[in-house]
Amino acid sequence: MTTITGSRLPTAKEQDDVLVVDGLRKSFGSVHAVKEASIRLPRGKVTALIGDNGAGKSTLIRCLCGVHKPDGGTVELDGQPVSFHSPTQARDAGIETVHQNLALVDDLTVWQNLFLGREKTRGFGPVQLLDRRGMRSQAKEMVSALAINVPSVTSRVRRLSGGQRQAVSIARAAGWGSKIVIMDEPTAALGVQETARVEDLIRGLRDSGMTILLISHNFDQIMRIADGVWAMRAGKSVGYRNVADTTGQELVGLVTGAIPA
Amino acid sequence: MTAVATADRPRLGERLAAAPWPELAAPAALLLLVVVFGAADSTFLTTGNIEAILQASAILVVLAVAQTFVVATAGIDLSVASTMTLGAVVLGQVYSSGAGIGWAILAGVAAATAVGLVNGAIVAKGGITDFIVTLGTLSAASGLALILADGKPQPVLSKFMLDLSASGIGIISWSVLVAAVVAVTAHVVLFRTRLGVHLLAVGGSTDAARSTGVRNVRVKMSVYLISGLLAGLAAVLLVARVGAAEPASNTSFLLNSVAAVVLGGVSLFGGRATIIGPVVGALLLASLVNGLTLLGVSQFYQPLAVGIVVVLAAFLTRFQK
Ligand SMILES: Nc1ncnc2c1ncn2[C@@H]1O[C@H](COP(=O)(O)OP(=O)(O)OP(=O)(O)O)[C@@H](O)[C@H]1O
Ligand SMILES: [Mg+2]
Repeated sequence: MTTITGSRLPTAKEQDDVLVVDGLRKSFGSVHAVKEASIRLPRGKVTALIGDNGAGKSTLIRCLCGVHKPDGGTVELDGQPVSFHSPTQARDAGIETVHQNLALVDDLTVWQNLFLGREKTRGFGPVQLLDRRGMRSQAKEMVSALAINVPSVTSRVRRLSGGQRQAVSIARAAGWGSKIVIMDEPTAALGVQETARVEDLIRGLRDSGMTILLISHNFDQIMRIADGVWAMRAGKSVGYRNVADTTGQELVGLVTGAIPA
Repeated sequence: MTAVATADRPRLGERLAAAPWPELAAPAALLLLVVVFGAADSTFLTTGNIEAILQASAILVVLAVAQTFVVATAGIDLSVASTMTLGAVVLGQVYSSGAGIGWAILAGVAAATAVGLVNGAIVAKGGITDFIVTLGTLSAASGLALILADGKPQPVLSKFMLDLSASGIGIISWSVLVAAVVAVTAHVVLFRTRLGVHLLAVGGSTDAARSTGVRNVRVKMSVYLISGLLAGLAAVLLVARVGAAEPASNTSFLLNSVAAVVLGGVSLFGGRATIIGPVVGALLLASLVNGLTLLGVSQFYQPLAVGIVVVLAAFLTRFQK
């Protein structure tokens, strides 16, 4: 029996991992965005992913949620190897994403955005019409379940504030009984109060049993809400720390390379 | 439970705030035209003349609806009118070869749909700018029409085609009814189906659509296919109206289809569209031409008038933003 020393991640035997990524690679032409990423997400925890601009964080998570196809490496979800060819496949498997750009369509309403890509329909055979009433009322439930303040699910997203848009994007990711919610810098553009609200949302999701992967440049925030941290540097994952046993300074060292790993 | 159900519906205030004001420009202008022309010439509002206006706008309505689908995805189909011409010529050639009118119509519509398919494949799969691609098919389709017809019009004398434009229910001819059915179906597709939401999403934000699993390529292909299919239907109406299949270039139909879309308040940047707007836009353009003709204004002035109205409408929608 190994003992857990310092802030190292418990080995696979000691811990229940939802997602295990091993040796993932992704290049765009000659740009090696992700060279070698191996990370694990413990179930029911908030795990942060840090790294400088261009370290490859967004590319890594876009490989995990089916937007990009990785060039190499393996991804295991609940012990099963998976490979997604589309965002829909990843969503069906229980991986939801709040993208850095939020992936909202401004001219559509809140409920249309919540259901984008998986609209409910009714009808016979090939003639399928949207179940607008059903989607609207379910959208209201999704929004109120998270206590999000959005004027109305029938308002266009264009009219929402930055925090409200973020909340809609999170509600979309959280509202489908998902296993893993990935968030790419969810508070980067928000003020103090709205950031606090989004952090509450993230804690709420974790308390309801979801596993969160949170990309953030804000180390104070990570100390507040994350349980563990993976660091990336120049396309490689360089180490893991338990939040309880680390400091902001150590994280800075990991990201810049001052601390080897 | 009922309280919840009613709360789901937007309140009146919200509805007004969310009202598509630019889209109200065309109905307002149409009303104005009707009042002005009605006062200026007593024949303008006779049933006979209204019948003529509706009849004249049927083809444009179908083409404007076709254009709307493409524009909603932030694209444009410059080939829509020449595709119609090609469809008409194919119809004429197949009919003159002795086939029944049913087969001739099928062949014409199929030819136009094929052009739409080619547009869709090159734009969506090849990732080439829609403007260039459809400019190319504009030329190719009208060239093909000239070659097939050897530059000559081909009379199509069929009872079915004659009835299509000459008879109907009251002042509503079958052609007008076809256009109305096209418009209603298009409205349902745009607002009540998955494809409709997806094409508005692709037009509004390609990136967001892709990240949420909307199949952009398939959506783009579909709109050009729909545009081709509708151009084929318009070809049938055109042959019925003229009584012949002519390889003439129908440039004014292209310009007017885009004009009707703009008048209808549809955003050329994609993501925002209605069907009723462009339909009213088409009616507006037809009424304008009809009214000017009644007032004895020379035909040469009509394109000028259409141009002024379109530019005014563009200003109006910009002003209201
Ligand atoms: N679609 C793409 N095509 C080409 N290069 C890309 C693409 N996406 C990302 N890159 C490149 O890959 C590298 C990693 O980018 P990525 O967006 O993953 O970084 P990041 O860690 O998320 O940075 P940030 O903190 O600024 O969001 C960058 O050099 C970027 O320019
Ligand atoms: Mg990023």
